[in-house]
Amino acid sequence: MHPAPSIILFTTLSGLGFGLLTFLGLGMPGSTGFTAFVFFTIAYLLAVGGLLFSTFHLGHPERALKAFSQWRSSWLSREGICAVAALVIMAIYGIGRVFFAQHWGLIGGIGAILSLLTVFTTSMIYAQLKTVPRWHMPLTSPLFMALSITGGALLAGQVQFVIPLLILSAVTQVAYWVVGDSRLAQSGSTMESATGLGHIGKVKAFEPPHTGTNYLMREFIHVVGRKHATKLRAIALVLGFALPLIFLTLPFGHIFALLAVLCHVAGILTSRWLFFAQAEHVVGLYYGKR
Amino acid sequence: MTTLPASTQKKLGLVIDLDTCVGCHACVVSCKGWNTENYGAPLSDQNPYGGDPSGTFLNRVHSFEVQPDEGAAQLIHFPKSCLHCEDAPCVTVCPTGASYKRVEDGIVLVNEQDCIGCGLCAWACPYGAREMDAAEKVMKKCTLCVDRIYNENLPEEDRQPACVRTCPSGARHFGDLADETSDVSILVAERGGFDLMPEQGTKPVNKYLPPRPKDTMEEFDILAPYLEPVAKDAGGFLGWLDKALDALPGGAK
Repeated sequence: MHPAPSIILFTTLSGLGFGLLTFLGLGMPGSTGFTAFVFFTIAYLLAVGGLLFSTFHLGHPERALKAFSQWRSSWLSREGICAVAALVIMAIYGIGRVFFAQHWGLIGGIGAILSLLTVFTTSMIYAQLKTVPRWHMPLTSPLFMALSITGGALLAGQVQFVIPLLILSAVTQVAYWVVGDSRLAQSGSTMESATGLGHIGKVKAFEPPHTGTNYLMREFIHVVGRKHATKLRAIALVLGFALPLIFLTLPFGHIFALLAVLCHVAGILTSRWLFFAQAEHVVGLYYGKR
Repeated sequence: MTTLPASTQKKLGLVIDLDTCVGCHACVVSCKGWNTENYGAPLSDQNPYGGDPSGTFLNRVHSFEVQPDEGAAQLIHFPKSCLHCEDAPCVTVCPTGASYKRVEDGIVLVNEQDCIGCGLCAWACPYGAREMDAAEKVMKKCTLCVDRIYNENLPEEDRQPACVRTCPSGARHFGDLADETSDVSILVAERGGFDLMPEQGTKPVNKYLPPRPKDTMEEFDILAPYLEPVAKDAGGFLGWLDKALDALPGGAK
């Protein structure tokens, strides 16, 4: 799949933002006044900023309101509804914390659940696609959720949760990669099943339908990035999980906390880039490519 | 609504004969010709006369080489367009309701006024049947020439999809695959029509007919004994020339 920067930024940043909102909704940290204002501002910048990035890949963003209508069948529609609901509920809760020094636990709890649900719906947009076997598996949602909660805990400064969550996320990430590597082969989709010509013999793409490229090839067939996949996986693990763990076990200092956050975000961006670049769409089989 | 109908009254679709398709791409051209000036946004081209041409097509013809365990390879031309699946994954993922499957005839269409151009339906389609138009930024797909097949302004013989009407080898057939007595259904039953990527669970309406088995002929040539060369060594002038040229350096021995 084509790793579009707008979608990578959107899923990474809004994942972090909704992760932070989850912790804020649960009263961790339970600060009020200006400190709470800073926390909520960071969370909203990330969550809303991410959502704004996602509109950059739309052909007609001016029609985006229509996307709230098909929640019965569409995970993308459900994501939009959950995101807006979470942002509205958390805004009410945030007003209480910032201006009235009140912790409205029920509203915060509902906001936290909606924030997590938003990340889940995002993950389901990918996990539902049978056409991309690497995404269509039970580990895709846990990966998105684990990364979001870990990033949220890190931003919320919940050090007691961050260390176990970083380890959990790293394990989920590695499991996602290991299981994902065999998903295309397990899907049963081959050039033979794609063409129905397997009963005659081995199928090979002889001539593509056109001399140039096309939308399908640009969108679904991405070969260049996979070349360095192993190195990038190592970089993602070191930046995303190993370095933050080291920084957080050092004597506490704001500079180390900042470094941990920056490293983690860079690592997750790398991982998310691989999430797209490594994913094979079965339509590539018609072109003899992955 | 992007929920799929439980069943459709008709299942209009195509039956494509891989045995007779000659790979001329006439269906591709006629499809683009009709659909760029009729239903919905035109099918744009980008840089059509430049070094990197590309454009929107609703129908494309691949060519595959199939190598049996024994014998010569076969070349099979393979037209591919929307299969108007019964369980169309492209429809249910649509967040706006722009994609829908018609209850009356099963045709999968895009309401371009509602399309936000998110591209998720193209991601959900295993067959590459949907293409985002780079100029109009809306999703384009085969309409089964919905503006021809019911069009009473056209002569009756033209009330079929442009690709079917134009195919010079009769490799494309159009009809109702829900009706077991229709020509297309009989064709599918007789020739063993099959689904593309059945493991994807899309239940395509369009069917493909497999190439017929190739004839095999034994090596037998009644004239062979009479055609063996009579003179092995040339004499006379040609014989001298042959030797003289052989003696020169270079050339095949």
